[in-house]
Amino acid sequence: MDHHPTNWGRPRDDRVDPYGTFPIHARPRPKEDAFGDAVKHTQQPIVTGSSVIGLKYKDGVMLAADNLASYGSLARYKDVQRLHPVGTSTILGAGGDMSDFQYIQHTLDSLIIEEFTYDDGNKLGPTEIYQYLSRIMYNRRSKMNPLWNSLVVGGIKSDGESFLGYVDLLGTTYQSPTIATGFGSYIAQPLLRNAVDEHPEPLTEEEALSIIQKCMKTLFYRDARSLNKYQVAKVTAEGVTISDPIEAPTVWGFAEGIRGYGAQTQ
Amino acid sequence: MFRNTYDSDNTVFSPQGRLHQVEYALEAVKQGSAAVGLRSKTHAVLLALKRSTGELASYQQKMFRIDDHVGIAIAGLTSDARVLSNFMRQQAMSSKMIFNRPSPVNRLVSAIADKAQVNTQEYGRRPYGVGFLVIGQDDSGPHLYEFSPSGTAYEYYAMSIGARSQSAKTYLEKNYEKFMDCSLEHLITHGLHALRETLQQDKELTILNTSIGIVGPPAASEVLVQARGAFRILEGEPIATFLSTMTPKEVVAAAPEPDTDDDEPAAAGGDVQMSDA
Amino acid sequence: MTSIGTGYDLSASTYSPDGRIFQVEYANKAVENSGTAIGLRVKDGVVLAVEKIIHSKLLMPESNKRILTIDKHIGYTSSGLLADGRQLANRARDESQSSRDFYREPPTLKTIVNRLSLFIQAYTLYSSVRPFGCTSLLASVDKHGPGLYVIEPSGISLGHHGAAVGKGRQLAKTELEKLKLNELSMRQAVYEAARIIHLVHDDAKEKDFELEMSWIGAETNNIHLPVPKDLFEDADKQARDALLEDMED
Repeated sequence: MDHHPTNWGRPRDDRVDPYGTFPIHARPRPKEDAFGDAVKHTQQPIVTGSSVIGLKYKDGVMLAADNLASYGSLARYKDVQRLHPVGTSTILGAGGDMSDFQYIQHTLDSLIIEEFTYDDGNKLGPTEIYQYLSRIMYNRRSKMNPLWNSLVVGGIKSDGESFLGYVDLLGTTYQSPTIATGFGSYIAQPLLRNAVDEHPEPLTEEEALSIIQKCMKTLFYRDARSLNKYQVAKVTAEGVTISDPIEAPTVWGFAEGIRGYGAQTQ
Repeated sequence: MFRNTYDSDNTVFSPQGRLHQVEYALEAVKQGSAAVGLRSKTHAVLLALKRSTGELASYQQKMFRIDDHVGIAIAGLTSDARVLSNFMRQQAMSSKMIFNRPSPVNRLVSAIADKAQVNTQEYGRRPYGVGFLVIGQDDSGPHLYEFSPSGTAYEYYAMSIGARSQSAKTYLEKNYEKFMDCSLEHLITHGLHALRETLQQDKELTILNTSIGIVGPPAASEVLVQARGAFRILEGEPIATFLSTMTPKEVVAAAPEPDTDDDEPAAAGGDVQMSDA
Repeated sequence: MTSIGTGYDLSASTYSPDGRIFQVEYANKAVENSGTAIGLRVKDGVVLAVEKIIHSKLLMPESNKRILTIDKHIGYTSSGLLADGRQLANRARDESQSSRDFYREPPTLKTIVNRLSLFIQAYTLYSSVRPFGCTSLLASVDKHGPGLYVIEPSGISLGHHGAAVGKGRQLAKTELEKLKLNELSMRQAVYEAARIIHLVHDDAKEKDFELEMSWIGAETNNIHLPVPKDLFEDADKQARDALLEDMED
């Protein structure tokens, strides 16, 4: 029996090394070993961001994401910005693996520089960025090596219309007037839909901001991987702005009676 | 055997800093039949003269569609043109695939220009032997470019390439200032007049030997074309209406600018007459 | 010329008996006959200007740019074979991008110039390629401040306060030397650049030309951009007027 860690998961092959005498790094493998060239790709995200929410309103698009990057259940980094401007009319929000998100940010920054160097008056708007991202995400998942994110792209198109779209690690895409990723798709999405779908007029900026705040607060109450510190980005005809971190007022008095939170010992 | 010491190879500069092989490739473009391109604020058009090797042969293809918004007319080696136009098509498709946008026309043209440059610098290759006129429309409106085997591409108001294209160029230079405000019909008539200049003495433009490529909103005679005006090639019967708008050659010779301040009633048969543009 | 007919001038991989590489010298000839390009490195930025020869009146004005952008903070122009210049610009773009991929910061101009010089030099080594028939000007403001470099077909690169290449380089250099470049502002440099290009253009002998200018520095937030229209037109007009006055004198 071969108990060497390097051979775990491999079929044993006595023809080559019946007694396991080789040092581990030099252990010979038969050519026909079906696992010989096997590559193991990412199996799970490591440092993760939680929900991203977004909605269309009168002047454009508004996105929000909290500033937490968790390491498992540990609230590891509490000042991470998960909203990233792309060019002058697009905003990207990301949940999932934060190092994959940083890779995506760099890729998009490179793309924007390339576009700038053409200097021919053409701009990459949200639809172009969205298509580009969806191609990257689908391409990577087809290589069985996904970028472990759910992304929200928002912005103003060249015709002045607003744009809001979703793409995730599987390359799944959809567009909608409201979008929420991750746990937010359970908690925030219904609130956003209530606000937008049942409102006869497009929301004003104040209304949009207030529903965003309500969603972020609710997410903080309900999502154990969230933080009560978040940023709101908006894209309007004037361009992209990302707010400083915001805190939602919360009350925790009711929790005193809950075992594990309050002072009681059992 | 060679005309001089420095012209047998594309990797050799002449003492004057010239590249003779590239210059000879430009001559290959002049072997092909002529093509003319011109543009207005709303349209860009191509007109080309097709050759036929004989009564039993069909006319050679002079125009190629690259994408909905771009088309080319060629002069020179058709097989080289096919390689380059396939490359342009790939570029156009990849822009749609990756960015969901039609490729800006200038980038398509720059892409083949950069590709062509390599063939002027590396041993064992020859420069492409074909010139293109490229028309297209994008966010910044209609455009006309000329691509040449030297690896350059320029944007023009109007341009001609191919055999005897200098005669067409002379016409274009005389008239180009009017083109910007022309209607599609007038633009085509100008193009036909320019193209006609490249014909040999006894030849005429006919529905068989002429191709017209257009981007921009449809002309009155184009019933099936949608308003945004994707690139289309007109050949055969549909161009008869345009050919009939031409002023007879003798008249052109008599009056060098037949299309200005000419508000006379239309000629017999209700032909569209060129009027002040 | 002693080179012609000797057989020593047919390949970049051949030295002449006195140690010259004629193919590189011939490549320089392609530069010497083409439109003038100048660069001015001043205290708070760099200005590039080119004399774009209009070889046909059918050309679209303000299209067909000769000043290109390599990266946000790097401008490029060349004199000589335009197609070769574009090839080098694309190479410089790739170098800049790969430097960014590796170091995650904007590359210094020197980094790009060094890489591009090596690339150009490689084309002077083999008979299987010809040297690049163009001289490049690169302008940038990086973490070391404003920078202006010239790279010749031989692969030699030098930093400059003021640089001029192409047909009118002699006169342009004389004019540049008169300026106190270290004391000029970008804005003043734009006027000087326009003036010099107009001055060196020989109306009598040459075809028409179009002035093209770009700048990078304090006024542009250290981003390489075309000179804004109003400033451009004013500088262009002043240069024309100055030339007319000179003629009247």
